[in-house]
Amino acid sequence: MEGVKKEIIQNLREKIMLMEGFKGNIMEVDRSSFGLEEMAPAFPRGIFPTGTVHEFISPTAACATASNGFISGLLSGMVKNGMFCLWVSTGRSLFPPALKAFGLDPHQVIFIDVSFDKDVLWVMEQGLKCDALVAVVAELGEVSFAESQRLQLAVEKSRVTGFLHRRRPRRRQALACAARWRVKPVASKVPDGMPGVGHPVWEVELEKIRNGKPGKWRMGWRGGAFVFLPRVQDIPATPKKEHYA
Amino acid sequence: MPRRYMCIWLPLLATDSIEKRRPELCGRPLVLSASQHGRTVVTAANRSARDEGIIPGKVLADAKAILPELEVLPDDPGKTIQLLESLAIWCLRFSPIASVDVPDGIILDISGCAHLWGGERSYLDHIVNRFAQGGYVVRAAIADTVGTAWALAHFGAQRGIAESGQQSSMLEVLPPAALRLEPSALARMEKLGFCRIGQFIQMPKSILRRRFGDALLLRLGQALGHEPEELKPVVPELPYQERLPCLEPIRTPSGIEMALQLLLENLCNRLSKEGRGMRIGILKGYRVDGNVQQIRIGTSRASHNPHHLFRLFALNIQTIEPALGIELFVLEAPLVEEAPKPQEALWEIRGERTKIAELLDTIAGKVGMGAIHRYLPQQHHWPERSVSVATSLDEVPKVDWPTDKLRPLHLLSRPEPISVMVVLPDYPPMLFSHKGRTYKLAKAEGPERIEQEWWIEEGQLRDYYRVEDEKGARYWLFRSGHYGEGEPQWFLHGFFP
Repeated sequence: MEGVKKEIIQNLREKIMLMEGFKGNIMEVDRSSFGLEEMAPAFPRGIFPTGTVHEFISPTAACATASNGFISGLLSGMVKNGMFCLWVSTGRSLFPPALKAFGLDPHQVIFIDVSFDKDVLWVMEQGLKCDALVAVVAELGEVSFAESQRLQLAVEKSRVTGFLHRRRPRRRQALACAARWRVKPVASKVPDGMPGVGHPVWEVELEKIRNGKPGKWRMGWRGGAFVFLPRVQDIPATPKKEHYA
Repeated sequence: MPRRYMCIWLPLLATDSIEKRRPELCGRPLVLSASQHGRTVVTAANRSARDEGIIPGKVLADAKAILPELEVLPDDPGKTIQLLESLAIWCLRFSPIASVDVPDGIILDISGCAHLWGGERSYLDHIVNRFAQGGYVVRAAIADTVGTAWALAHFGAQRGIAESGQQSSMLEVLPPAALRLEPSALARMEKLGFCRIGQFIQMPKSILRRRFGDALLLRLGQALGHEPEELKPVVPELPYQERLPCLEPIRTPSGIEMALQLLLENLCNRLSKEGRGMRIGILKGYRVDGNVQQIRIGTSRASHNPHHLFRLFALNIQTIEPALGIELFVLEAPLVEEAPKPQEALWEIRGERTKIAELLDTIAGKVGMGAIHRYLPQQHHWPERSVSVATSLDEVPKVDWPTDKLRPLHLLSRPEPISVMVVLPDYPPMLFSHKGRTYKLAKAEGPERIEQEWWIEEGQLRDYYRVEDEKGARYWLFRSGHYGEGEPQWFLHGFFP
């Protein structure tokens, strides 16, 4: 009896997911390729959702850099040899050679530098419609709900993954994206008594995820892979307003 | 296909153009004058002046004596030639090859054009009427050769058409001047009593050559079609060009789209057969009022896919102003390259490349080609010079991307000056302030010294430090120059993730 119930619930869940735009398992990447096993319980079906749009919010330049680092790490798991991804932005300061440290060959990224947010969105939509691309990253300021819906509709057809990175957004409104992330840098760790700056460490917060459970992790990038540090809950938080350059 | 030519003669071109510009002169006797051999001579006369017997070549003083109220203006032959050229360009709507026949004619190669206007008769009438509407007196004729068309236009019946192969019978009744001969040859003919071409057209060549030289034989041969005659088109014909004349002027965007689709299909068919693709495309719309509207596209790799090219053009169709209507569409491909052959690979990597190239073309059509960048590594340590922009999608790095040195994920395009506090020279800073805010640094490593490449640019070395502030944000700072040579300047250059 119990088993039958479980199966029915499982089937219903699958149906709901299909309705919500999580189509088939065709394009899904092996979960180990992202190195996000520890996050798996937060994701629908335990797999990082590709073929949707992820939203990143960065209030400061330091947070924007950390978010881009996290996105580059994710991209390196998706971009195989000879494939391309698109990086659309206004006022880009991303330095391509640094992507190599995140396992992403910089020549496989096509940068589109435009002047206005609306051009970024237009290019992103065109890119998301092109199924020959792996992913499209867009860095911009403002985006409206209707515009994010258009992006979501585009990816549902093509299964391209979109990363919508909002830097210093003036308004905070919900978007039609599958997930919302906030990444901020935290102090790196070096063995006691040793000088220098350690590997990148971030506090990654999954604020919202469709069909998943939001969560917060402390993680970093070391030796070409994501590494997880002790859970945030174990570390005393410092609720203080922050300012960065 | 037999070639057909049309000669359009504008006998009153110079005066017609002045009357068009100055309507108050209409109906009054008007002549243009220029000085020749120390005399002022009439070089052009309008119809009412000619009615009084004032023809070009008359001395101006005599003309004034005949008609004291004569309007006299200075002649400007350069301007007239310019006008003739612009008229020849306007004639491109009737035929792709138009050339100027100095001083007052236009010659069109109309092979295969006339049927679009419903036959040569209506084609000829249409062109003559269009010139008449524009205020020009014209005489035009159609024949198999330039020479015969010229002869008929200048000396034959109004709007003459010589049927194919009928040159000699048409020429027989015309005077020798219809053969475009030198005045000395004409004078000799008059002396010998030749007043019609028919009188000598059958004579043996050797006799004609002895009396009148090779020029007569050449001109006769050109008129009869035995000798070739080259036209010098005002606009060189492009090898990749498609034309679409419209019976009714087109005024709507959907009409333009249909015309474009038709033209693209024809051109792409031809290109794909030859294994070539378009890199630059221009769509021209010839408007009824003489204006030419055009839109232009560029592709990042040679393409002969009509759907893709149509999408590129479609982004700009709304910039075409049809006004009263467009009567001819011309699609040109000034730059054509070998198209990459679709490779039948197991993994359709090529196809994907093409898709991405098409996507980039679409983006370039909207935001400009300059917005698209792809980077390749360069063997320079100086951060600003360590990458170069790739020119095509197929370009791969010649050297590996460097991994030995950590580089910031965000690099400011211009380093921003900061003020720092340093305990000892050559030590990393304790804190720095940037834009009025102070950052206390907790960790630091460095310096990594990068020397200026003196063979490229003179300047000071940079000592880079990787630092982390109390809150965990990581920065890339550098000091420009050594201590001891004045106060060195510090800069913020990037952010680490």
